[in-house]
Formats: sequence, structure tokens, C-alpha cells
Amino acid sequence: MSTLKVIDEDYSSWKCSACGKALTPTPIELEYLESKFTVELPACPECGLVLIPEDLALGKMAEVESLLEDK
Amino acid sequence: MEQDSLHEWESKCIQEEPPRCKAACPIHVDGREFSKLMAAGQTDKAWAVLCRTLPFPTVTARICDGPCIKSCLREEVGGGIKLNSLERYCAENTKRTPPFRPLPARGKTVAILGAFLPGLTAAWDLAKKGFTVTVFTNDSAEAFATIPQEFLSVDIFKQELATLKKMGVSFDENSSPSLELATKSLEDFDAVFADPFACDAKALKISPPSITTLKTEKDGLFAASMPEKNTSPIALIAIGRKGALSIERFMQSASLSAGREREEPFETKLYTNISKVEPVTPSAVPADGYDVESAREEASRCLQCECMECVKNCAYLEEFKGYPKVYARQIYNNASIVMGTRRANNLINSCMLCDLCNEICPENFSMKNLCIEARQDLVKKGHMPPSAHEFALRDMEHADRDTCTINKHQSGTSESEWAFFPGCQLPASDPSAVDRVYKYLCDSLTGGTGLMLRCCGAPADWSGRIELFDTKSESIRADWESLGRPKVIAACPSCMESLHKAIPEAEVTSLWSILCEHKENLNPVLPETISSLQDPCTARHNDKLLADVRLLLSDLSIEFTEPELSGLHTECCGFGGLLSGANEPLSKKVAEKRGSKLDGDGITYCAMCRDLLAKSGKRCLHLLDVIFPSGNSDPAARAVPQYSERRENRVRLKEQMLDVIWRTPSAPRPDYESISVSFTSKAKELMEERRILHSDIQKTIQAVQKSGQALESTETGHKLTYYRPVTVTYWIEYEEQDANNYLIHRVWSHRMRILGASK
Repeated sequence: MSTLKVIDEDYSSWKCSACGKALTPTPIELEYLESKFTVELPACPECGLVLIPEDLALGKMAEVESLLEDK
Repeated sequence: MEQDSLHEWESKCIQEEPPRCKAACPIHVDGREFSKLMAAGQTDKAWAVLCRTLPFPTVTARICDGPCIKSCLREEVGGGIKLNSLERYCAENTKRTPPFRPLPARGKTVAILGAFLPGLTAAWDLAKKGFTVTVFTNDSAEAFATIPQEFLSVDIFKQELATLKKMGVSFDENSSPSLELATKSLEDFDAVFADPFACDAKALKISPPSITTLKTEKDGLFAASMPEKNTSPIALIAIGRKGALSIERFMQSASLSAGREREEPFETKLYTNISKVEPVTPSAVPADGYDVESAREEASRCLQCECMECVKNCAYLEEFKGYPKVYARQIYNNASIVMGTRRANNLINSCMLCDLCNEICPENFSMKNLCIEARQDLVKKGHMPPSAHEFALRDMEHADRDTCTINKHQSGTSESEWAFFPGCQLPASDPSAVDRVYKYLCDSLTGGTGLMLRCCGAPADWSGRIELFDTKSESIRADWESLGRPKVIAACPSCMESLHKAIPEAEVTSLWSILCEHKENLNPVLPETISSLQDPCTARHNDKLLADVRLLLSDLSIEFTEPELSGLHTECCGFGGLLSGANEPLSKKVAEKRGSKLDGDGITYCAMCRDLLAKSGKRCLHLLDVIFPSGNSDPAARAVPQYSERRENRVRLKEQMLDVIWRTPSAPRPDYESISVSFTSKAKELMEERRILHSDIQKTIQAVQKSGQALESTETGHKLTYYRPVTVTYWIEYEEQDANNYLIHRVWSHRMRILGASK
């Protein structure tokens, strides 16, 4: 499965509290209504904790959710 | 939805019925479209509309006697549109006539006996359809002497004859139509049409032909009886057209009579409301016809007949840019999709189910029934978008949780003749009012007044979840039976509806009817201004409720006015059908629109009407604000509680009532509620807009306390974490102020699940 790139901004100013590592772009698997896709998202390179930025959640992600709900 | 059912739905909506002019015209010219273009000064386009229907249009437009004028709806408000004079203007002033291109030759021949209006029309129509036509006549211009010549010159007439010839019609001018010629033609041609003026049924020595098809006893011969004197030239043209259509069908071996019910002038089912139309009389037509201005002026009097009664009175129907017939088709298509996008889901889930359309529609089209069936179908097939009703259904479950419900006899009694059922939204909106009303009922009624504090199940019903509503109904029944099947007093008209469905044998009375009978000890604080009454949409068909509310208001000297749409025709506030969850922008629009129609402050007897109108910026009272005053000096401006506060209100109401009235402790609160969270004003705003609750935030913080998993901004020091209690992932950006004390900055959510790093 190809990895979608949807984030342009740099989120390296966020670090993982527990591991202390700066977040790096990482392919993350997302799922909704039995559809799966891999999206490049900032995540902790150590423990994998992900960041889904507000703009993404309310923009592109909400759009895709709505599309999938009507499928 | 089955296809038969779709056709039934579609046939109920009359918006696509033809206007009266078109129905009354023997050849069904679209006078509405023609007038629209004429009024816009688009003479060439208007002419093209005439050319679609009129044979030899430059002649027909000049001889039309306007058989539609008496049927025109304008006739009732000033005088029918003079379409015939407009047609004449159009013929005289058009600069462009669309070319008449006959279809490719079909290799079939037709003989036409006679060249009067019926014969020429049959020749015109059949030539257009690709038949090879020969007209037998003594004189191809014989019709000219028989038609009105006031506005017609022989040159124009001959030009149209030339057009006919160009279309491939040949004229045999040395033959007199007769029985012999008809008999011979039947041998030489595939079909024969006898123009009644040249050779009517009598001359052909046959019994009168069929009125609907002009079929005669001789196979392939189509003829008519002699028309009455002074028959409209357009009706004569219609005879030729009828013959031509029958001949076409005859050649195709198709049914001659099928689907021809509306070929003659007929009465349309189209309804157009003219109650607010000012009468405008037509100006006299100048002897030499209209000029540019007077033609436009006359065409502008056209009412552009259409129904749209429901659409004009419903922001929802307006929003989707169609009308019920179109919507029925879209909903049918939505249900038929196997793979692909269901584009009508939003349409289906945005109806308020208020049933105003049913009351307004001349044919009683109910979008409510159409949409509720469609919702049930979506749910049944597992295609209902999860996000549409989830918030409302969660809210219903919250109201039915043991932290919010009470089902008890009146304190100190063991029997209930009555049970007060305030519903779930009144306790959420104004909990102290519930308390005051309950105490009043206990004091006023005998036989014991129990309390049933819970949801009525309306969200399950409205969202199309039949099984869930059945479960709710069973649980309501169990509660009701445990109180000894008391008479139920419902504060909310939606609850009344749901309770009638859930426990049909229960006697359910509205709170307002009870107060009407027990008003002696009421001490209302009368509003300083006269308010406008907002009947909730679920009260629409409850005559007793509508009457008792008005009686109560006048008995208590509460002055009120009524908006134009009131009582049976009241409008929804935007909450009905769970609209506010499924399509919030539309819900806001509906509330604002309704609010604008209420003069002064609104006054209502539904907690959701009150809150939605108030949220839209309309000052609005709940009747309880007046009858059971709280001490608030301006209750019409009472703040609308936010979603989290609504839930908290329910929980506290139960705690307080149990404590004060029944002296028993309430159910323990969940442990996450001990987490102390505060909010920036931005965070509060985001929570309301995004429907994220205080409890969602506390649960998320509790989760991070356990897992220690959070992100941290190196710039602001804020922390960020997420948690997915069930179906929604919540993100909280916060500051940990000290142990167990959190300041929330931003919140957002999504429905997608994070599965983790891709392998």
C-alpha cells in the first residue's frame, strides 16, 4: 500500500513526553469503516506515539470519513 | 423502496404537472416557457419554443385564437394572458427560425387526402418523422380561404407551403379527395389520412372513426367526422396531429390508444397559490399588434405557474434545490446503489420530520414518511452514516443512565394515579423548572404523582432505529408498569408522540392540559411585552394540546400573537428529526428563519424550540419561565446551557430531587469526574462547536494519567494526548497546572482509528 503524504508543516517542535524524542514523519496505518490507508504522520521514533494535527483531523480526514460513510 | 412505491411517491408531487395554458391548448404549447422568454425580451428563444410545437409556425402563430386564455390562472387575478397576441408579435419580430430537419426517410408512404388545416398538419408532422408524404388536393392553398386572415397574408401562407415541400411533401394537385381515391390510396400507400374538410367519415361511407385515435373500420385509413362550425383553428390542427401520431403508431404496429389520455385539452393537477398575487389587468392589444414594450409587459403578467408550496415554506426542502418528486427519485436511487457513493444520505438525514409539507401540499406529500422509511432502510442495510445521529443517540443513552433516571412514586406514597414525564431535554435545559413543576403537580393532584425521569426514545425513532426504539419502548413500559400504569403527564409534545407509540394503552396527557385544569394556585409573572407563540412541530396534529395551551395562556392573561404559520401549520425550530446533529448549518438556518417570523420575543412550550431559537439569537421564553418563574428578571435572555452543562444538569437534577424529595443518595459518579479541568474561553468555544463534552476530556486525561503517553511542545510546554472511549478519538491540548488540575487549550476529534506504524 502506498503511503499518502498529507502534511507539509514541520512538527519537530513536538516531542514524545515519555521518550523525549522529537517526532519524525512515519508511515502510520489508519482505519475507518473497514477501509485502511497508510499516511505519513509525525510520530515518536521510539514508541510510535502519533500526532494527528487539528487541521488534518478537521479537514482532509473529516472529508474522507464523510466519503466513506456514504459508500 | 420498490419501483411501484417510487412511482406512487412521484405521482403525489404535482410540481411537474403542466401549467393550465399548456393543458388547455389543443396542441399543448408551453405558454409558461414562452411567456418567460418573452418577458425577458428573448424573442428568438421564445419563437423556438413555439416552433417546437406549432406546425407551419408563421401561419399558426398568426391564426391562433388563444383557446388557453379562459383557462389561464391569471384570468382569476386580472385576466388571462393574451398568448395569441404574443405569438403573433413573436412571429412578426423574430429574426431566426430554427431549421426543420425531417428524420431520415423510413421508406413508408402516406397519402393525405385534402390540404386544409388537419391535412396540412398531418403532412407536416409525418414529413418531420421521416415518412414520404403525398397530399392529394385540387389546390394546395385551399386552406387559406378557410382560416382567419386578419393577421395573415397569402404570401406567408405560401412560404409555409414551400417549407412543407422542402421537407419532402409532394402535392398532387389534380385530384379530388373522394371515396374512390381513398380506396385506391389504401392500395398504393402504407397509410391514408383523410382531412375531414376534404373527405369526412360520411363521404367515405364509414361509421364515425375512433375519437381518440381516428382509426376507421378500414385498416390503414385514418379519418375524422366533420368538425363543428367555429371550431378553433388550433383544434383543427390537433385533428391532423392526432391522425399523424396514429399513423406513426400504426406503421410501428404499436398500440394506437396507449398513453393518450392527455392528448385532448385536460385539467392539470398543478396547484399555484395566488392568495398573495395582486390583480393586474391586460392592456388592450393595439390594432397593429404589440410593440416591444407592450409585449414584454403582457408576458410579464404570466404567473409562471408552479406549485412549490412545500419548498416555499421549508428551509430544508429549499436547501437541496429541488422538490419532493426529485427528492423521491434521489432517495430511490440512493437505496439502489450497490457500489458507489450514496449521495442522498444528507438529504435523507436533514429532514426535520415535522410534516409541515404534508399539511401544505395539495396532494399531502409527506417528506417525513419518505425520509423516515429511507432512514430505517439505511439502518437495516447497515448503510446509515455512523456520524449522523451518534451524538443524539449518545445523549439519549446519557439521559437513560442511572445517574439521570428516576422512576418513583410520590414521596411518602406507594401508589401513583399520575406520573410526571418531563422528558430528557427540559431537565437538561432548565432543571429547576422540572423541580418546581413536579412540586406543584404533587400539591395539586390527588392519588399520588410519581416521577418518570428518562428519555422517551424519540431519537431512536427519528434516526430510523426500529430495534433500538423497541428496546426503549420495552424499558419505558417496564418503568410505567412498575408504577402501577399511571396516567402520564408529558411536558414535551415529542414525548407525547413517542409515548403513544411505546405504550399505546397508557393515558398520556400534556402538562399544559393538566395545568389548564389546575390553575388556581399558579402565580405567573407576566412578560412585559407581547410574545409570539411558537408551537412545536410535534404538537401539529395534537388538537387538544394546541387548544389547551391557548386556553391556558388566555386564562392566565398572558398576551400573545401568532405567526402566519402556526398551530397545524407551525414550523420546526431546527431540532426535529435530529437535524441539529446531522446537518448543523442547516439547523441554524432553520432556527434563524423561524425566529425571524416571530414578532417580538418568542414563547413556546418545548425546551428544544426554546433553546434552538435562543441559540440562534432570538429572545425566547419557555412557558414555564412565565408560569413557574425562577426569579430571573429577564428569562427570555436566559443562557442556553452548553452540551456538557445539559448533561450535568440532568445528573444534578436527579441528585437534588433524590436528596430533597426522597432523601436517598443518587448513584455514585464515575471516578473520572474527580479530575479537575478548567478551560480557556477558546477551548469552551471549540467544545461546543465540535460537540466535545467535559466528560470526554476528563476520560482522556484519565487515560493519559494511566498510560503516561503524551506529546509535549518544546515551544509552549503544552501537552497533547488522545483517547478513544468508543467510536471517536479525542485530542486534548492542555497544561498540567498542578497534580490533578488541568487547563485545556484546544480540543478536536476524528472518527478514524489509529492502528499504529505501518508494517
